[in-house]
Amino acid sequence: MKAVREVLSGTKSLLVGMRLTLREFFKPTITVQYPHQTLPMPERFRGHIELRRDPETGKALCTACKLCERACPSDCILVDGVKLEGEKKKSVTDYHLNFTQCSLCGACIEACPSDAIQFTKRYNLASQTNDYRNMDLVQRFKDQPEKK
Amino acid sequence: MIAPKESTAGTPSNETFTLNLGPQHPATHGVLRVKLTMDGEYITRAEPVPGYIHRMHEKMGENRTWAQYLPNTSRVDYLSAMTYTHAYVGAVERALKLEVPLRAEFIRVITSELNRISSHLVGWGAFVMDLGGFTPILYAFDDREKILDLLEAVTGSRLTYCYYRFGGVVADVDTAFLEGCKAFVKHMRPRLDFYRALVTDNIILRKRLEGIGMVSAEMCRRYGACGPVLRGSDVAYDVRKNEPYSIYNQFDFDIPHYPQGDSMARYNVRMDEIEQSLRIIDQAVAKIPEGPIMGKVPRVLKLPVGDFCYATEAARGRLLVRVSSDGKDTPYRVRLRTPCFCNLSLFEEASKGMLLPDAIAFMGSLDLVIPDIDR
Amino acid sequence: MSFFEPYLPAVRLLIFLVGTVAFVGLNAAYLVWVERKGAGRFQRRPGPMEVGPQGLLQPLADGLKLMSKQLIVPPGADATLFRLAPAMVIAPALMCLATIPYSESLLAPRNLNIGLIMVFAFGSINVMAIMLGGWASRNKYAIISAARVVSQNVAYEIPMLLVVITILMVTGTMNLNDIVKQQGPYFWDWNLFRVWENPLMPVTFVIFFICMLAETNRAPFDMAEAESELVAGAFTEYAGMGFGVFFMGEYANILVGCSLATVLFLGGWQSPIGLFPGVWWFFLKLYALVFTVVWIRWTFPRTQFYGLLNLSWKILIPISLVTLLLTAVVMKLPLLF
Ligand code: SF4
Ligand code: SF4
Repeated sequence: MKAVREVLSGTKSLLVGMRLTLREFFKPTITVQYPHQTLPMPERFRGHIELRRDPETGKALCTACKLCERACPSDCILVDGVKLEGEKKKSVTDYHLNFTQCSLCGACIEACPSDAIQFTKRYNLASQTNDYRNMDLVQRFKDQPEKK
Repeated sequence: MIAPKESTAGTPSNETFTLNLGPQHPATHGVLRVKLTMDGEYITRAEPVPGYIHRMHEKMGENRTWAQYLPNTSRVDYLSAMTYTHAYVGAVERALKLEVPLRAEFIRVITSELNRISSHLVGWGAFVMDLGGFTPILYAFDDREKILDLLEAVTGSRLTYCYYRFGGVVADVDTAFLEGCKAFVKHMRPRLDFYRALVTDNIILRKRLEGIGMVSAEMCRRYGACGPVLRGSDVAYDVRKNEPYSIYNQFDFDIPHYPQGDSMARYNVRMDEIEQSLRIIDQAVAKIPEGPIMGKVPRVLKLPVGDFCYATEAARGRLLVRVSSDGKDTPYRVRLRTPCFCNLSLFEEASKGMLLPDAIAFMGSLDLVIPDIDR
Repeated sequence: MSFFEPYLPAVRLLIFLVGTVAFVGLNAAYLVWVERKGAGRFQRRPGPMEVGPQGLLQPLADGLKLMSKQLIVPPGADATLFRLAPAMVIAPALMCLATIPYSESLLAPRNLNIGLIMVFAFGSINVMAIMLGGWASRNKYAIISAARVVSQNVAYEIPMLLVVITILMVTGTMNLNDIVKQQGPYFWDWNLFRVWENPLMPVTFVIFFICMLAETNRAPFDMAEAESELVAGAFTEYAGMGFGVFFMGEYANILVGCSLATVLFLGGWQSPIGLFPGVWWFFLKLYALVFTVVWIRWTFPRTQFYGLLNLSWKILIPISLVTLLLTAVVMKLPLLF
């Protein structure tokens, strides 16, 4: 008798399962057809870093103090700067990021005293070449149009 | 049912052969290798060979500053990164006697519990996939996606959060997040019923898990097994209750534990824990106070000389971080006592005489994360 | 006309055979698509979408990819058997499908009066092929899988045949076309609901269906492949089209099983409304069954091996024996009065 009951309850559990999946079958799909569709990135998304612009002067905020270089756990930042005539602080001439080693931790951003770097929202960063081994962020900064 | 004890596995036979389960095997989820000595389909000896994904996280701690080690902590058990960061941050805070603001503690609890649920969902899905059911993992990922979206909005990352800092958390949560948490709790409860009807009650699954992979409390004690494995063997030990850290003593929740000690018990513990985590989130979201999210932290971190420990309940069990300081700005030693390593170590003894598919089910019920073993 | 007259049967035979091969090839390819689409829908995702509209050309792309791959025979493997096994999976399936009556006129080349026996005779070769393939590949996983396949099929052949005997007793013929003809167009005329012959007829159908799943190594009885345990079981060492043919063989066998179930239980090509020819009704029933097979696969976890054998020896065989006896009793009952 126990065996019969087990067979019956077992069969019932199987049928319940099948009913549930069938119901899912007729529900709309929930996936996004990447790369044809993409989702908006959240505000705080951590992509690779980039230099920020001083909205008043239009220049990079970075003063080449190298604090981010020191804070980075993965040793992937190289900064250099010069002191220009007539300016109080140094300005950045070289900012290289080895993105292949970056762990996107944000230590550099937290370390920066002048708030001069920020995360981008780029994420399609797979490459067959060494593109991201030595990213020239100063060049990237210059290429970017000034936002009004 | 063929009980493993009646098998020929115990009797010495010269017809055994060696079977390499892994490092690239679909059931070992990553790169664990188990060297099986088999007698037919019976296992006479199972020798786990970890080390294929060793990244020297402990050694890395010795040449980074205290703060620079933070990103490492979320990469040990990538599925429950929050609790790992919590343990490390906690150890350093204990050493420096830092005050953590109450709001930060609440945020830590909420994010940790969300992370625990997402981890259990993956564990559940992967476990059922080990048993040959493919669909549940996608349902689980659907729900997990909702958690990840919430966490991504606050932390900026979906897996390796690196969100806690010494003395607090790096960014505040907004009302959208809290509302999202509430909505998620509301959404998740009926989903648990759905999971129960679809998988837990399924006769095939029950037959595969009940009475299989017996682990006694005594065996857990010998190997230091913890987490759902221990609670599946009728020991209601949970760090959150037994040695409360953070503000867990302010919440009302139960420690699910089952007396059977089989794979089904471990499975049930995890499912019930999702429910308990939902309860904690519910309470925490309702009670979260306003206030700062970072305490006062010295600019240059120098820990006093000595050893400092902090234990948290990670999704897979008790995680203990022990940091030794010799007064410099880098740790002298960082030691991670990770749950999966202990849980794996009982596999050899418990799987003796098991059939191969049962052993796979058993391994699935231990819910191993391989980088956690080879940290 | 008179000149061709003597060759007509041969031409008809040829056309039929070519048709069957094409049918199997097309089905095997597109059942993979159905399976993937179905799996997708069950899992709330769209399935293949990229190649062609709705991914309809995906099987073609997959086939091309598989064909362009190198056929690797692992060192130490028995090369002859290793190469023979895939062919041995698909060939018997073709033979079986050649006997299925698709419609009243679209019959087997010969109206075989032992069609049923032939299907089972050829159907059993499938097991041997998988066993040989597993054995020949010289891989431990493959050998375990080969051993499993044999014991699984031995266990499930018995209830399957018992069920078929029940059907035979009810219908009294082994000619598949005659079996269809005996059933009526409406579902209460199908063998499935001939409860006055045997009150347990629906149960018989369920047993047949379960056995068919087990015989074709379909989930939840996919012991032979069991990818989370045995990597890919007997097919672990197969690359390229060798694997592809095994794959096609699996679907061809599902087709055989579902066709047989349609013929034996669901009234084959009988159409309740004469709207369109019977062959479409046959396919409708056939693909409904195929869909169920896919549905089951994406719902349940895999059974454990002893669970599988327990199910066969402790549940299915006793029940099928009971149905057999019951049918015999019900048939002889009129003699008592
Ligand atoms: S995000 Fe972290 S790893 Fe990356 S550059 Fe900044 S500090 Fe270095
Ligand atoms: S810390 Fe900030 S200001 Fe200093 S070098 Fe880095 S980006 Fe420039």
